[in-house]
Amino acid sequence: MQNNTNISEFNTETLELVNRIISRYPEGRQKSAILPVLHIAQSENSGWLSSETMDYVASLLQIQPIEVYEVASFYSMFNLQPVGNCMIEVCQTGPCWLNGAEDILAHFEKRLGIKPGETTADGQFSLKAVECLAACGNAPVIQVGIEYHEKMTTGKADELLEKWQSENKCSHTNPYL
Amino acid sequence: MAQQILLKNSDVPGLASFEVYRKLGGYASVEKTLKNFTPDQVTDEVKKSGLKGRGGAGFPAGMKWSFLDKSTSNPRYFVCNFDESEPGTFKDRHIGQLNPHQLIEGMILGSYALGARTSYIYIRGELFYVLRIIEKAIEEAYANGFLGKNILGSGYSLDLYCHPGAGAYICGEETALIESLEGKRGNPRIKPPFPAIVGLYDCPTVVNNVETIANLPWIMNNGAEAYAAIGVGNSKGTKLISACGHINKPGIYEIELGLPVEEFIYSDEYCGGIRNGNKLKAVVAGGSSVPILPAELILKTAKGEPRLMSYESLAEGGFETGTMLGSGGFIVMDETTCIVKNLLTFSRFYHHESCGQCSPCREGTGWMERILHRIENGHGTMKDIDLLVSISKHIEGNTICPLGDAAAWPVASAIRHFRQEFEDHVKLQKCPLSK
Ligand SMILES: Cc1cc2nc3c(=O)[nH]c(=O)nc-3n(C[C@H](O)[C@H](O)[C@H](O)COP(=O)(O)O)c2cc1C
Ligand code: SF4
Ligand code: FES
Repeated sequence: MQNNTNISEFNTETLELVNRIISRYPEGRQKSAILPVLHIAQSENSGWLSSETMDYVASLLQIQPIEVYEVASFYSMFNLQPVGNCMIEVCQTGPCWLNGAEDILAHFEKRLGIKPGETTADGQFSLKAVECLAACGNAPVIQVGIEYHEKMTTGKADELLEKWQSENKCSHTNPYL
Repeated sequence: MAQQILLKNSDVPGLASFEVYRKLGGYASVEKTLKNFTPDQVTDEVKKSGLKGRGGAGFPAGMKWSFLDKSTSNPRYFVCNFDESEPGTFKDRHIGQLNPHQLIEGMILGSYALGARTSYIYIRGELFYVLRIIEKAIEEAYANGFLGKNILGSGYSLDLYCHPGAGAYICGEETALIESLEGKRGNPRIKPPFPAIVGLYDCPTVVNNVETIANLPWIMNNGAEAYAAIGVGNSKGTKLISACGHINKPGIYEIELGLPVEEFIYSDEYCGGIRNGNKLKAVVAGGSSVPILPAELILKTAKGEPRLMSYESLAEGGFETGTMLGSGGFIVMDETTCIVKNLLTFSRFYHHESCGQCSPCREGTGWMERILHRIENGHGTMKDIDLLVSISKHIEGNTICPLGDAAAWPVASAIRHFRQEFEDHVKLQKCPLSK
């Protein structure tokens, strides 16, 4: 079961934040706010960008929807398909690989019964293999929402999974708040 | 202990707060500079210091500033490159997280020198928690009169903002970063024109790395000569090295440029030697893009001289037997490491991160990844090894931006120095080091 709800509009507080962000760029350059506003929109739309969500962002920034689609599809942090409530991103690049990142990913795969790019049947977890997270000194590294978890071990992975399961962890909260 | 410019107060609790930073002498360089220096004098000072860009390319910072087009009435922009995405590099995160005010102080100095009234810190989207730390520090700097209108009564005004990326290594390339900041895909621009002439919003722009900028307060406080007195040859000052891989003490170290590589790897003050007492096999000294070197060539040059942690010494021998200081991402591999597999992770990375504008890079990176995958998994042929070399040669120098080169060099250098290991994979039809 996946959450397919679409935001229709931001609430007043979020709109204020969006307007504050837009005001950081010169007159007529509000398109510059596209990445921060897409981050916010994704968090408000259960962790992914539906075309309705992107159209709404386009209207906020007074640009064409296509300008939003072409940007959203370029950046790896934007999900264009529904995702689970809690997205676990496991770094696989050289320095993490040297320190056992493959074992960490394999462990999550086994525990969750899914492969990278997939979501558990209950919609709780998604798994993603990602590239270097700029924390290689504490390899292996995973990211969940804005949190980093470093020096990962399979034991630590079990502890985290248990915690996330019990608290029904949601990884896509507004990154600014 | 080497001179500490960037990590000096890292251990002080609460350093990220304005109050603590200010008590330790923070923002003194802004008071001094706005009062006693004209913008051009600041540029001269940075030129004389010999500070080179710390983002990877090592271009002299003051010289880059002096290219800024000052003939137009257009606004000028100063942009901080906090994309930090080169595998093995994790030094800027440390500055942003623990010492954000030193970065802000540097941003004020650079913006003043360039005449920028609005400046941006472009930070990779994965590091949102660091963005929040920096935004809080920026708020404090505004509240204390170091940002905003008429800073310290000098008549100079500056607005500073953070801007998040969203997962794209290519946005670390400065023209892609500018495109991204304009709200577009991160496609690098064809140069010239350089950003100093046509940059953000078509205005004159300078992009500098976090570490480059964080050095500015010390230079303005202590003078260019004091800075230039640190280091060796044309490698002036200190450098943050982020060390990782198979060493006993991975982490971030501030070294005086010129430190012998051997001391860096084996001394307890730095990496503390190889884990489990293992033998050193290879090092990628400056982030994943630079050529890999086997143990004997990273410790000593082909001429038999001790290799030093400096721009010149690491490059000694060119690409045949040398490498580059790059971003300072120092990746150490012990004797248990499969060079082919490590390279495969890098090639997958470059394939994933290619923006796709130029065919040699878009097609070549994927092709190299597939061949390496084949070799690592026991399905490669001897011809594949030569094919890899040939593809890397066809990419190098034939693309819009240096990501193509960055993808080609690791492949070419791994085969140059470890050809036997590739051949063993082919002969055995499996990875000789796999369990
Ligand atoms: C593919 C690619 C990725 C890059 N990534 C970064 C980066 O993450 N951080 C950075 O400071 N410079 C990066 N650079 C270098 C920048 O283009 C630019 O040279 C640098 O920001 C200039 O600042 P500096 O002179 O202070 O080093 C990258 C270059 C390329 C070609
Ligand atoms: S070299 Fe690669 S990353 Fe750079 S512009 Fe060309 S396709 Fe894009
Ligand atoms: S390789 Fe995983 S954080 Fe850098």
